[in-house]
Amino acid sequence: MFPMTACDLSVKVRQKHIIGPINLTINEGGITVLMGPNGAGKTTLIKALHGIIRLANGQVTFATPAKTAQEQQSFVFQSPIMLRRSVLENLAYPLMINGQDKQSAMERARTWATKIGLSAHMDRPAPFLSGGEKQKIALARALITSPKLLFLDEPTASLDGAATVEIEALLSEAQSTGTTIIMSTHNIGQARRMANRVLFMKDGQIDAHSAANAFFDTPPTEAAQKFIAGDIVV
Amino acid sequence: MNDLWNGIQQAISLTLTLDADLVEISLRSLRVTLSALFVSCLIALPLAAILAVRRFKYRRLIISTLNALMGLPPVVVGLIVYILLSRSGPFGVLGLLFTTHAMVIAQVIIITPLITSIAHQSLRELWSEYHDLLISMNTSKWQRIKTLLWDGRRALMTASLAGFGRAIGEVGAIMIVGGNIDHATRVLTTAISLETSKGDFALALALGFVLITLALAVNFTTHWLGRTEREGRW
Ligand SMILES: Nc1ncnc2c1ncn2[C@@H]1O[C@H](COP(=O)(O)OP(=O)(O)OP(=O)(O)O)[C@@H](O)[C@H]1O
Ligand SMILES: [Mg+2]
Repeated sequence: MFPMTACDLSVKVRQKHIIGPINLTINEGGITVLMGPNGAGKTTLIKALHGIIRLANGQVTFATPAKTAQEQQSFVFQSPIMLRRSVLENLAYPLMINGQDKQSAMERARTWATKIGLSAHMDRPAPFLSGGEKQKIALARALITSPKLLFLDEPTASLDGAATVEIEALLSEAQSTGTTIIMSTHNIGQARRMANRVLFMKDGQIDAHSAANAFFDTPPTEAAQKFIAGDIVV
Repeated sequence: MNDLWNGIQQAISLTLTLDADLVEISLRSLRVTLSALFVSCLIALPLAAILAVRRFKYRRLIISTLNALMGLPPVVVGLIVYILLSRSGPFGVLGLLFTTHAMVIAQVIIITPLITSIAHQSLRELWSEYHDLLISMNTSKWQRIKTLLWDGRRALMTASLAGFGRAIGEVGAIMIVGGNIDHATRVLTTAISLETSKGDFALALALGFVLITLALAVNFTTHWLGRTEREGRW
């Protein structure tokens, strides 16, 4: 499926230019962390790469046909979207969408519910759980199909330290079992812990794209340098 | 005043002794209205889901037509159905006029727009909640509709109950197309209207009790459904 290539990609909303033109290649494996100030276009970019918003220009291509590639991606939204169903049914949903029979889907959902520490809440309606629990469900639901590519939009933005650690552990495990990850975050510590590569965005453009070590040791651009130093980038 | 008091006493005794006429009329009312409700739901609920999920050419036209139909006075619906079913009308050969079938048809026409409209409103809300997730998961159109109908089932039940309430209490249309024939097309509302004009308050009041009880049951169930939804007990 890899490399994923974005070619001259740009997005407009009602004639207003949001991001682009962006040229980008993502190879298999590892975690790419997307950083940048509010409104830089991080959310827009990963949604565009995932193919859930209309491109004004350019395209995103994979080594496999678009349909196959689409089936092997998952997306975790910034505020978790819970189906009005039980925790277990939320987890089983993507498997059943892919045609798996109910019994084996529920079996697998049970395994995941235990894995994310929600075995006691399996039958509770998911929309009524806490923000951290919902985020874990959203992540487990994204991982349950063993996607080749996983997008996450600020997955720990509203979580406390303990929940953040849990999410990061799940991501590391997914990464080590063959899921390529692209995530946005505002948490520089998290980026340092998780990133293999960093994509730094500013004003709808990619300002820097480099290996994580290099990015943090010698920030390649002035804006990136200020951002890491905690200065405000405008 | 004495008449009225006597009427109430007799009505109570009619109700408690399960008077044959009272039971017959009540059951017929239920049969007609539940049949109409069944047919209406078959049309209204899938239509509401399709209107919520799909963006097709005549969508706006259908929605405005439904809104217009909702404002149609039931008596006029009765008149139109009467003309269509009368011997010289286009469907006269079917011989449906003055049967319970004609009453079912009239009720279907009255409540389908109402149920569709209420159901569409809540499914549209649900769809805006689910939209990104279901798009991201590559669901087919049919899977989206199925998911909305299932997860919105409480709201759909509420919409159906509103339809039931409207149909069971309606008098103008079914009086015209059913003819209020004793032991054939006489139902709660038409019977009350007749008995009252005859001055026989006993049966009229007893029938009224039944009607009120049904209305209260509908209200109570609607309220209860809303509560279970809000409190997440399901
Ligand atoms: N649907 C939309 N309509 C109008 N403007 C939009 C829309 N979506 C995004 N934008 C604008 O595009 C820019 C980029 O938005 P985006 O959400 O991608 O930024 P972000 O980097 O994810 O920001 P944050 O860090 O706050 O999440 C913002 O200025 C935003 O206002
Ligand atoms: Mg964002």
